[in-house]
Amino acid sequence: MMSPAPSPSPSSATVEGPVIALDDVVAVLGQFPALAGASLTVERGEIVLLRGPNGAGKTTLLRLCAGLLPVERGTATILGFDLSTQRELVRPHVGLLGHQNGLYLDLSVRENVNFWGRTVGASTDEIHAAMVRMGVAERLADIPCRKLSAGQKRRTSLACLVARRAQVWLLDEPHAGLDAAGRDELDATLAQAAASGATILVASHELERAGNLATRSVEVVAGQITALEGEK
Amino acid sequence: MSTWRVARLIAAKDLRVERRSKIVTNQVLPFAGITMVSFAFALDKQNVLDTVAPGLIWLATTFSLLILVQRSFSIETDDGALDAMRVAGVDARAIFLGKAMALAVQLLVVEILLLFAAVVLYGESIQSSGAVLALFDTPITVGGVDVLLGGTSTGAQSPVVAVVLLVTTLLSATCGLAAVGTLYGGLAAGFKGSETLLPLLTLPAVAPVLIGATKAVESAVGTAGAVVSEGWQWVGLLAVFAVASGIGGALAFGPLIDE
Repeated sequence: MMSPAPSPSPSSATVEGPVIALDDVVAVLGQFPALAGASLTVERGEIVLLRGPNGAGKTTLLRLCAGLLPVERGTATILGFDLSTQRELVRPHVGLLGHQNGLYLDLSVRENVNFWGRTVGASTDEIHAAMVRMGVAERLADIPCRKLSAGQKRRTSLACLVARRAQVWLLDEPHAGLDAAGRDELDATLAQAAASGATILVASHELERAGNLATRSVEVVAGQITALEGEK
Repeated sequence: MSTWRVARLIAAKDLRVERRSKIVTNQVLPFAGITMVSFAFALDKQNVLDTVAPGLIWLATTFSLLILVQRSFSIETDDGALDAMRVAGVDARAIFLGKAMALAVQLLVVEILLLFAAVVLYGESIQSSGAVLALFDTPITVGGVDVLLGGTSTGAQSPVVAVVLLVTTLLSATCGLAAVGTLYGGLAAGFKGSETLLPLLTLPAVAPVLIGATKAVESAVGTAGAVVSEGWQWVGLLAVFAVASGIGGALAFGPLIDE
């Protein structure tokens, strides 16, 4: 008898076991196999650094975990949802932060976080807590995002992820475009988020900085995860 | 969250962005006004203006629609917010409905301005037989006394019915334009050169609205002897178009922006 499919409610996403479980996954971009048998297991609260050269498949791996790419072969589950059949159900629980922040630049920080929180029915208290957690609740709250620094925009974007209850954060080169202070701010924010239960995958070329932040690192080469360091 | 509630959130967000940026008031409305003035210069004969005024209103509306749609999707693509909504699993039907609702509100503002611009710029041609001023022909009661604000009503053309025809034309045409504009705006937003692609896609698709709305307004204002009763069939066409493009757009929007 088939087991019932998980419901899309946030509570159902707080499953036991690994948050991300990929086994021999193949994903194709056009005709090109961007992931060729990748396997990875990530537990709740981990920060995992994806290392590797350009074109190795890091961004594809993040997009696959966000439910944006189909699984051609292998098995992949995120928060217990099967990526082969339940990609639409994965998306509300996952946040993908790429080179852009997904903000409305004419709206204030508060309005942006409020909008993203409201899309999942977050309460006013929940939205305020997200802003406090990312350090954008006071001085920055009413400033239009257009006027923020790159680091402040990143923090606002992360506050939006918290407000919309994303449990898995997929970050593609999150340090790009930030100055030293902005990078320090971001690292502190991510460490705090992981301590609060967020699971974070970071694709980065900033090996020293991201390596210090990560609880472990994996190497992505030619669409496969070939080397693991610091595996628990 | 239901699709409808998310759609309302998105519509409110779009209108808030416009209130902040004032693009509609500072750029789109002046553009619409200048277009009407340009038509007046280009067709500088009263009898010509009499005949074509309803068409000019809808042509100017269509041009303004293109700017509004470009703007509506540039706020989504400036910092990757449309992608973020798809990644977040926000229902594509809600995105479509929300953006179409906000666009419809902005279009209505533009259309009202254009109607008044037509009255002011093309003057007597519309006033002489028209429903635009028929509102003022309708008696209102002040202190128990009926007061007629405008001149006499236009005989066979019932002013009240003509005004109802005009309002229903505005509403149904606006819904159709907003739905088509949102659908093609979403499609073009994902392409390089979306600024030039959007008019190419949108103008042919809104041709039925342009024709139907022009004919209905001609009937409402009595252009070239047209009577109010002739206008309803065009309103029917506009309503069918609005419903079809609304349903079709809601269903097609997700796959289109995912591509």
